[in-house]
Amino acid sequence: MEPVRSFFDTPSPSRYSGALSWLLTTDHKRIGLMYLFVILFWFVVAMFLGGGMRLELMFRGRTLMGPESYNALFTLHGVIMVFLFIIPGIPAIFGNFFLPIQIGTDDVFFPRLNLLSWYLYIIGGLLALVTLFIGGPPDTGWTFYVPFSVGTQTNVSVAVFAAFVLGMASMLTGINFVTTVHRMRSEAMGWLQMPLFTWSIYATSWVQILATPVVAITLILIILERFLGVGLFDPARGGDPILYQHLFWIYSHPAVYIMILPGMGVISEVITVFARKPIFGYKAMALSSIAIAVVGSLVWAHHMYTSGMSDTAVFVFSLLTFLVAIPSAIKVFSWVATLYKGSILMTPPLFFSLCFIYLFSVGGLTGLVVGAAGADIHVHDTHFVVAHFHFTMFGGTGFAFFAALHHWWPKMFGRMYDFKRAYWAAVLITFGFLLHYIPMFILGLQGMPRRYYDYVAEFEAGNFVAGFGAVFMLVGLLLMLVNLLISLKRGTLAPSDPWGGTTLEWKTLSPPPLHNFVETPDIADYPYDFTDVVRDSSGDGGGV
Amino acid sequence: MHRVSYGTLSAVLGVLLVLTGLTVAVSYVDLGAFNVWLALGIASTKASLVLLFFMHIRDEGRLVVLSFLGTVLFLAIMIAFTFCDVAFRGHIGI
Amino acid sequence: MKPAMDDRGKRLGMWLFLYTEVMLFGGLFVLYAVYFSMYASDFMAGGKELDRFFGTVNTVILLVSSLAVAASITAVQRNEKRASVVWLTAAILCGALFLINKYFEWSHKIHEGIYPGSDDLIYGEPGRNIFFGLYYIITGLHGIHIVIGMALLGVALLFTIKGRITGDNHVFLENAGLYWHLVDLFWIFIFPLFYLVL
Repeated sequence: MEPVRSFFDTPSPSRYSGALSWLLTTDHKRIGLMYLFVILFWFVVAMFLGGGMRLELMFRGRTLMGPESYNALFTLHGVIMVFLFIIPGIPAIFGNFFLPIQIGTDDVFFPRLNLLSWYLYIIGGLLALVTLFIGGPPDTGWTFYVPFSVGTQTNVSVAVFAAFVLGMASMLTGINFVTTVHRMRSEAMGWLQMPLFTWSIYATSWVQILATPVVAITLILIILERFLGVGLFDPARGGDPILYQHLFWIYSHPAVYIMILPGMGVISEVITVFARKPIFGYKAMALSSIAIAVVGSLVWAHHMYTSGMSDTAVFVFSLLTFLVAIPSAIKVFSWVATLYKGSILMTPPLFFSLCFIYLFSVGGLTGLVVGAAGADIHVHDTHFVVAHFHFTMFGGTGFAFFAALHHWWPKMFGRMYDFKRAYWAAVLITFGFLLHYIPMFILGLQGMPRRYYDYVAEFEAGNFVAGFGAVFMLVGLLLMLVNLLISLKRGTLAPSDPWGGTTLEWKTLSPPPLHNFVETPDIADYPYDFTDVVRDSSGDGGGV
Repeated sequence: MHRVSYGTLSAVLGVLLVLTGLTVAVSYVDLGAFNVWLALGIASTKASLVLLFFMHIRDEGRLVVLSFLGTVLFLAIMIAFTFCDVAFRGHIGI
Repeated sequence: MKPAMDDRGKRLGMWLFLYTEVMLFGGLFVLYAVYFSMYASDFMAGGKELDRFFGTVNTVILLVSSLAVAASITAVQRNEKRASVVWLTAAILCGALFLINKYFEWSHKIHEGIYPGSDDLIYGEPGRNIFFGLYYIITGLHGIHIVIGMALLGVALLFTIKGRITGDNHVFLENAGLYWHLVDLFWIFIFPLFYLVL
């Protein structure tokens, strides 16, 4: 019998070959990889935009660029990072690749729709790129607040349309995943036998379906206001600008859970695998994903404490914001409890996950500071807020993304990467991260506002230190990416289960064959039973 | 899938048309704020008929029925929560 | 189950898509609710300026078209191809009739100087500007959905004629129908909110 060929060698549909076999493929694994490389491209672009901002801020006065360029830079950094990296990152790459495998099926329910989503993503990205060169890049910040976004002469309409198209892509992916989980899950797999990563993607998909259309209509309204001047948000014409903020955050706050939930799913997988111990509180973990999705959808106005909305609303939304901390904290406790007395095998994905737990906790706790209405009025629109959401979005989702990359890279490409370089990269990124963002907390508390290219003398020291942090981080990130890319050529071949994982993706070959499994996989009663793994590898992880 | 006979469909259309007439008729009677709620009530009844008989929502099973209601609930919450801002503007304190 | 045979899964996907449409219009309904509470009297006055007769006729047209689509599905299930084709054609014609009415309604209003950004609205009562602003945006978006729905029904009609939609395999028709009914559902709410505010 000839050896089973991987999906790299089996185009689907089989009539295409070469580049077309990728561009017209309906194979979820190929689409996942196409997302991987495009998303990494955008990540690097936005990373350098961010680095440029930090370099400008290293010294007082105008060093690299003036205020207009700085405004364009933070807008594009935000738009690209949010819409082209963090939101699609984990679901579109790893969700696409691993969700069908984890539930024991051969593809998503709507494979052609999946490809269409990818093309919408590409079109959205190209439109964002177009704004860079035509009509002046937008300078509104990624939130596109009225009245400035309606009045400014820069190319806001195209940028907003790009976000609309990207929203469509994300929404269609959500529809696809929910249908896949409901209709294509292996019949032997009950709801409480699903891996936690699948759970988190499932919860995320619902938020994508229900929240994304709201931002879609909001963005359409901006375009309409720019062209027709209806005045829906213009007080002189009877409109209410705060309503724009409501509509915007009705999506964009749930969107931060679209960003973080899949990351939490990744961390749950990685921690349990390398602790060689069933995840602590599986049901609580699965349900807290849903709870975060539900409660997280009801807290949007905590971005608006200083907007002039009513005190009643401030009170209600502050209360709800504190509630959403509960399911998030359940997850952190479960991860730590899983590690407790586990037989821990240290690897790069676990290292990234441990950094995640620390950084995300800091981000979450400072979130309570900004979630408390009184404290928020002091730090609103300062660097404190910037540091807070970078701790959750970058320290959280970003690090979860890196953990996922290192965890599943051998499965996706069938190659092991160099551990030593990966550790070095992780240490550099984390060290640079702390050096970069901790001064920003202090600067923010001292009152340094965000979104200005210059500052007064007392903020010099903090910004100078933060600039160094940015450099360390950039070097670390590039080292990490280069290390992974080198492994494609030079890495040793990966076995089908290099880590000792128990979910279905580790039961198939690395890289998987076209239809994911050579023979129908057995579904375990419980997805995280490590008894066999520990028995088989007594010398490897230390055994219990 | 379950078939719906022409007879049932026509009967449903008849009820829908009657309800349309009703909603137009009551709009001429001044009931104050109640007018809006009545209009929304009639519209919701019509919507339910369309969902039940034209869109066969019950054939789709629990998942679709519950998630549809969930979507409507989410929309209602969106409006309600926005009102805890809009309805209390200008008040000091809670 | 393999997706190719799973009609139920395909319809589930369509329902999920319908939810996104509900939320899309939902954002506009949030605006409507808030502005109605702010400018109740202007909204009532604005509603009186709209033509109730046109509104009612369009409501009836859409309800009949919904019946036609539902009947076309029943016909296909009974393998009555001719009847199904007739019903679908009727539904598409209803859609066209709706758009023609809408065209006359809009052009009449525009002729009167009531359109987004017109001097009449901008320098008039703020509440009136908002009412008509929302009217144009919501009915405009709804009109676009009617066009998309007609296109979907048109494809379904073509497939039925060519025999690709049959009694055993008519999920495309069902999904196009679901979309059409949803567009009807929106109108069921738009109609009283704009035309019948007292």
